[in-house]
Amino acid sequence: MRSVESPFSDIGRLDSLAGKKTPIHGVDPRVKVLTTIYFMALVVSFGKYDPAGLAPLIIYPIAVMVIGDIPFGYIAKKLLIASPFVLSVALFNPILDQSPALAVGPFIVTGGVLSFVSIMAKYVLTVSAGLTLIACTGVDAICSALAGMGVPRAFTIQLLFLYRYIFVLGQEAVRMARARALRSFGNKGMGMTAYSSMIGHLLLRTLDRAQRIHLAMLCRGFDGEIRSAEISGLRLWDLLYLAGWSSLFTLLRLYNLPAWLGRELGRLI
Amino acid sequence: MSHHLVEVRELKFAYPDGTPALNGVNFRITHGESVALVGANGAGKSTLLLHLNGYLVPQAGSVRIGDIPITKNTLKHVRQVVGMVFQDPDDQLFLPRVYDDVAFGPTNLGLPPDEVKQRTLNALALVGAEHLRDRPPYKLSGGEKRAVSIATVLAMSPSILVMDEPTSNLDPRSRRQLIRLLSEFDHTKIIATHDMDMVLDLCSRAIVLRNGEVAADGAARDILGDLELLDSSGLEKPLRMQGCPICGNH
Repeated sequence: MRSVESPFSDIGRLDSLAGKKTPIHGVDPRVKVLTTIYFMALVVSFGKYDPAGLAPLIIYPIAVMVIGDIPFGYIAKKLLIASPFVLSVALFNPILDQSPALAVGPFIVTGGVLSFVSIMAKYVLTVSAGLTLIACTGVDAICSALAGMGVPRAFTIQLLFLYRYIFVLGQEAVRMARARALRSFGNKGMGMTAYSSMIGHLLLRTLDRAQRIHLAMLCRGFDGEIRSAEISGLRLWDLLYLAGWSSLFTLLRLYNLPAWLGRELGRLI
Repeated sequence: MSHHLVEVRELKFAYPDGTPALNGVNFRITHGESVALVGANGAGKSTLLLHLNGYLVPQAGSVRIGDIPITKNTLKHVRQVVGMVFQDPDDQLFLPRVYDDVAFGPTNLGLPPDEVKQRTLNALALVGAEHLRDRPPYKLSGGEKRAVSIATVLAMSPSILVMDEPTSNLDPRSRRQLIRLLSEFDHTKIIATHDMDMVLDLCSRAIVLRNGEVAADGAARDILGDLELLDSSGLEKPLRMQGCPICGNH
């Protein structure tokens, strides 16, 4: 049963991490969202044969994890879970692209290998940045930040409700799966037939619940818009946070730090 | 004019598939009364409650709240006057943070931010849930969820509280706390329930529904003692009014 139950307790963990009080948690959510988006855009903009240039950017997710007191192993585990999908995308690059790109001593590194490493590096950087953003901000704060920055309400409200009811839906699914498992005595328990009707039932229950929630909202004066709570102004620290990180990212994008280090070290030796 | 008045006249309603739910219901509830709505499953309790805040529109007859008939134009006013507490708190708490959820109603009423904050904190304090304000609803216990969902309604300062099975799924202590809390409110209360012992504690009057009609309407103590009536309506005496199973005394 753990396979069905564990993902939901896991989302709860991400949420409890967001409740911590560290300097990173105190930064305005809008600033954190903007910084993360800028970071991701820059990471993606690197060329496919330039994995070395990406390396220094790892400082951002690591710094956020250290200051924000987010367990490193937790984020790493999340990265591992999704990695097979990315691997399957990148896997054929070394086979299809055999053109030699650079020589390391007697070894020739092909362009395919470089682009493979670069895809994996981009994956690790962007996804860990996204995960740390949620872990140090919280989904509700991110939603109101997005709304505050002009993202259409329909989208942010959807996200908010998805996040609120994924637990309720999850628990309902878990209860159904448990009821099925307890009466199937280790057999397949009618296999697909049972599952398809369970999914249908879950949909019907969801529709019912949606109707009741809508009723509850109407009872409290809902008129098509969710007005979010007061949005506080930006402080100097928030602006410094944004300016500091984005100038660092820009510098690392414009100047290839590892290449420069290599040159300087080479000259010294 | 009293905001606290609820008057239902010859109310009839059938669901789209033709199932009749209400066949001419009549009653009048006045200021400050605490009324239990009892009846077997399928007697029409929930359908009746849905008429009290205008979610369902009467097919025949009328519902008046505080001398105002429920129409499309009066709906907003009626929904502010009639606070509805749902059976499943998960339906009522739909925002990711308790504070935001309680503030949802007052914000929609268009109140200034200071007033919204004041009302939200007051409502949370009234149900003893100030410490839960920053928690996500899915992490609350059953009793806490119930308290918060009552706060979401209190924040709108309703005159009439309508509750559907408020004590269902609560452990005995949470149930007792809820009953104590409700007894402190001086709102007009309409409580649909199967918890006959709670009726004994909270309600001076009881309305018995049977097959979509009012089978009896009177003092709760009289109705709860009328074995024949209770039996024919699929109900039982409150446990406290039944004999002791150990010593056999009545």
